[in-house]
Amino acid sequence: MTATTEQATGVRSTAGEPAEALELDAVRAGYQRSPVLHAVTVSVPRDGVTAVLGHNGAGKSTLLRTAAGLLVPRSGRVRLDGEDVTRRAPHQRVARGLAYVPQGQQCFPQLTVAENLRLVADGRARGRAATDEALDLFPALRELSRRRAGLLSGGQRQQLALARALVTEPRVLLLDEPTEGIQPSVVAEIEETILALTRRGGLSVLLVEQHVGFALRAADRYYVLEAGRITSSGAGGESAHGAVREALSV
Amino acid sequence: MTVILGQSFTGISIGAVLLLIALGLSLTFGQMGVINMAHGEFIMAGAYTTYVLQKALGDAGLSLLLALPVAFAVAGTLGALLEWLLIRRLYLRPLDTLLVTWGVSLMLQQLARDVFGAPNVQTRAPELLTGNVTLIGGDDPLTVANSRLFILGLALAAVAALALVLALTPLGRRIRAVVQNRDLAEVSGISTARVDRTAFFVGSGLAGVAGVALTLVGPIGPTMGTNIIIDAFLVVVVGGLGRLKGTVITAFVLGVLQAVLEYSTTVSVAKVLVLVGIVAFLQWRPQGLYTLRTRSLV
Repeated sequence: MTATTEQATGVRSTAGEPAEALELDAVRAGYQRSPVLHAVTVSVPRDGVTAVLGHNGAGKSTLLRTAAGLLVPRSGRVRLDGEDVTRRAPHQRVARGLAYVPQGQQCFPQLTVAENLRLVADGRARGRAATDEALDLFPALRELSRRRAGLLSGGQRQQLALARALVTEPRVLLLDEPTEGIQPSVVAEIEETILALTRRGGLSVLLVEQHVGFALRAADRYYVLEAGRITSSGAGGESAHGAVREALSV
Repeated sequence: MTVILGQSFTGISIGAVLLLIALGLSLTFGQMGVINMAHGEFIMAGAYTTYVLQKALGDAGLSLLLALPVAFAVAGTLGALLEWLLIRRLYLRPLDTLLVTWGVSLMLQQLARDVFGAPNVQTRAPELLTGNVTLIGGDDPLTVANSRLFILGLALAAVAALALVLALTPLGRRIRAVVQNRDLAEVSGISTARVDRTAFFVGSGLAGVAGVALTLVGPIGPTMGTNIIIDAFLVVVVGGLGRLKGTVITAFVLGVLQAVLEYSTTVSVAKVLVLVGIVAFLQWRPQGLYTLRTRSLV
């Protein structure tokens, strides 16, 4: 049985786990009276990278906020490892293995780098070990551990945001434009780290990007989101470039 | 010279009372942005707790010592209950919160009247705190009431304890994180609802401790909280929302200012002058004495 049929029928894989790590099923969501997403269905295969591409205002960030639980959909379902988490609070989704790195290199500006990470590590059995592992990926943060996060550069803050997400040892990672607004010299470094993370296994990624080249290089599957609707989807990789460009220019 | 010193010390002890009252508000109003008009009634609850304990135990010293943790727990529980029952449903609706908590404040005052009667009641201060300490001897001595020194010590201890909790404990980190970015805290795995309730417990508990201290300097009555709560709000606003340092400095500055102006004029005129000063200050620095400073406002 192929992954595609499993996905279509919702059949579980032989290991007894659902083939999809995260599914958004016919999700409608928005803010107050403005609907943004119109019956969007996106699935993230286990240990794979799924990219959502689209122009500004297409609803990409709204999609991730809905997946993270910051927005409750008006209809539709959000499933994490097969479990319906549509009504679960964001922190409950984190406890179930979901991590979210929002747009804009967000951190707690008045907390030091070390506090930003300890905040997440507190109360976790493997908190200290997971923090060490996350810092191994971003060694520059070790030297900045006593500095307030608000005083870091954009690139450093994004590294901190990624590290903070990794301390929760997620199985599914939501990344919202991780290289947006970051100086070009650091962009490559962050892209490499994300690629390395996705290759080491045990992590499924839903990546929202405007930078098509990087997104397709990282992704096994892509979706194009336009005005709150999925207009195109397919397998990732460099060869999808043409199809995506065409879909985005429509 | 002694007069100036004496007035300054009176001011510092007024500041210490203000500080104790404002400390809990600096958490619930300053950090969380909730205008809780019932905060004054938590002070009253702390004061009546002291009264009840003294009635039950008899011994003034023991009941005062015991009242500190018990009042913290009683007022804290009231605060957490209020947050759970009402305030959490009204976050980001400041005017509704103000109205609802004002209603709760009236209900709690009436409850106090029903239980303890409308007239004020009084507690006995422990013997140790009834005397005076002579700071400067001679022909023109400067003496300070022991109870005032106790309140100063209590206020400073409470500030130190709160500062330590906020700076060093997991709870403190969580509170600071939720204040800085609620959504990010939630997606970082923190139950912001639980943090809100705990912060409310601590902030309201501190009001209870302030209530215990106030029994040493005045009578206990159903409206004792309302009479001083506005001053406490002023301290937090002038100090800068969310800044403990600002709250501490402002409490003492306003206390000394009040005492010095009272000496030169009258109590009412001093009050008016202090208020005018605050209005002028806030025109100049609307954000208060201290503000959050970062390279980027994320």
